[in-house]
Amino acid sequence: MTSPNALLHRREVVNELLRDRGDILVIAGLGAPNWDVSAAGDHANNFPLWGAMGAASMMGLGLALAQPKRKVLVITGDGEMLMSIGSLATIAVEKPSNLTIAVLDNERFGETGMQKTHTASGADLAGMALAAGIRTSHTVRTMEQVSEIRDLVHQGKGPVFALVKINPEALVFTLPPADGVILTTRFRQSVLGDEALYN
Amino acid sequence: MGETTARLKDKASPPLPSWPDDIYRILKEAGVKQVAMVPDAGHSRLIRAFDADPETRLVTLTTEEEGVAMLAGAWLGGQRGVLLLQSSGVGNCINMLSLPAICHMPLLMLVTMRGDWGEFNPWQIPMGQGTQASLEAMGVIVTRADTPDDVAPTVWGAANLAFNTWRPAAVLIGQRVLGAKNFKELARK
Repeated sequence: MTSPNALLHRREVVNELLRDRGDILVIAGLGAPNWDVSAAGDHANNFPLWGAMGAASMMGLGLALAQPKRKVLVITGDGEMLMSIGSLATIAVEKPSNLTIAVLDNERFGETGMQKTHTASGADLAGMALAAGIRTSHTVRTMEQVSEIRDLVHQGKGPVFALVKINPEALVFTLPPADGVILTTRFRQSVLGDEALYN
Repeated sequence: MGETTARLKDKASPPLPSWPDDIYRILKEAGVKQVAMVPDAGHSRLIRAFDADPETRLVTLTTEEEGVAMLAGAWLGGQRGVLLLQSSGVGNCINMLSLPAICHMPLLMLVTMRGDWGEFNPWQIPMGQGTQASLEAMGVIVTRADTPDDVAPTVWGAANLAFNTWRPAAVLIGQRVLGAKNFKELARK
């Protein structure tokens, strides 16, 4: 049983979100969320970002609209989400039922020296998602709640937004392939079949 | 008498430009399914056409770089898209253009120009004049259309380039095609 006051560990959170993942499609934001998703197991159905900060949520939207029968999970950080905060309004308008956005909130810019982000001073991303019009928006503080979000990913009654408060721990990097063409091609081949190679 | 005036006005007004309809046809033939945009007056006719089209998803963005990311996601899921924006919005896209560049993804951007031929608003000049250089600095292949007749072949060429060679490509539609606004005239009315 997790103490409600102890911050969650990011790798445990991501392992639980990806438990029995089935055929879900995953976009990982740059930095630690990329390493966390990769630590849970490199997978052709992952698209881990190495740059383009602010891209994760909108990549999730474009993918969810293109693949309405598949479930799409975006796992990103608080700094990355803050950079594209307007995208929450765009996603709220489009209401993709197959999209979940999980933000791992350590209240820090982890890759650049653990400087505080706006969430450390009270900016409430779950509240902002709700106010933008994403009706299912939760702040998650226990592993039981993480399991509930994991189930919501598979239910397809989104869009779902989850702000997971995590410990600001610096962990060993687990790196997926870095080349964009490799990541793009293996993802498209996995989702679309060999046809993807021919256009 | 009111009717006569209306008819005279009708006669006097120039025919509606057909190039937005040409763009619509070309994008449909190219298989575009997602249209991402921050509105511009120059694209209003095209936006209305897509809004009425149940086969395409028209998504209004809060800022243009959202569209670059969205269309990258669309491509991962097997759909083609287009980004409609004004030249000022190109500046918002710069770092996000890393994504199609490094991943060799198609990205078709149709940019209506400001800060260009006949501009009246000095604040439009810096980004308008920097649009082509900014795009090219990020590896986007840029072509321009400066007459109405040039729009369709230029868009056709850029769409083929983007979707057949998996590269970002932009068409700049000049203010000479769109007609320059004159707010000073509007302010006098």
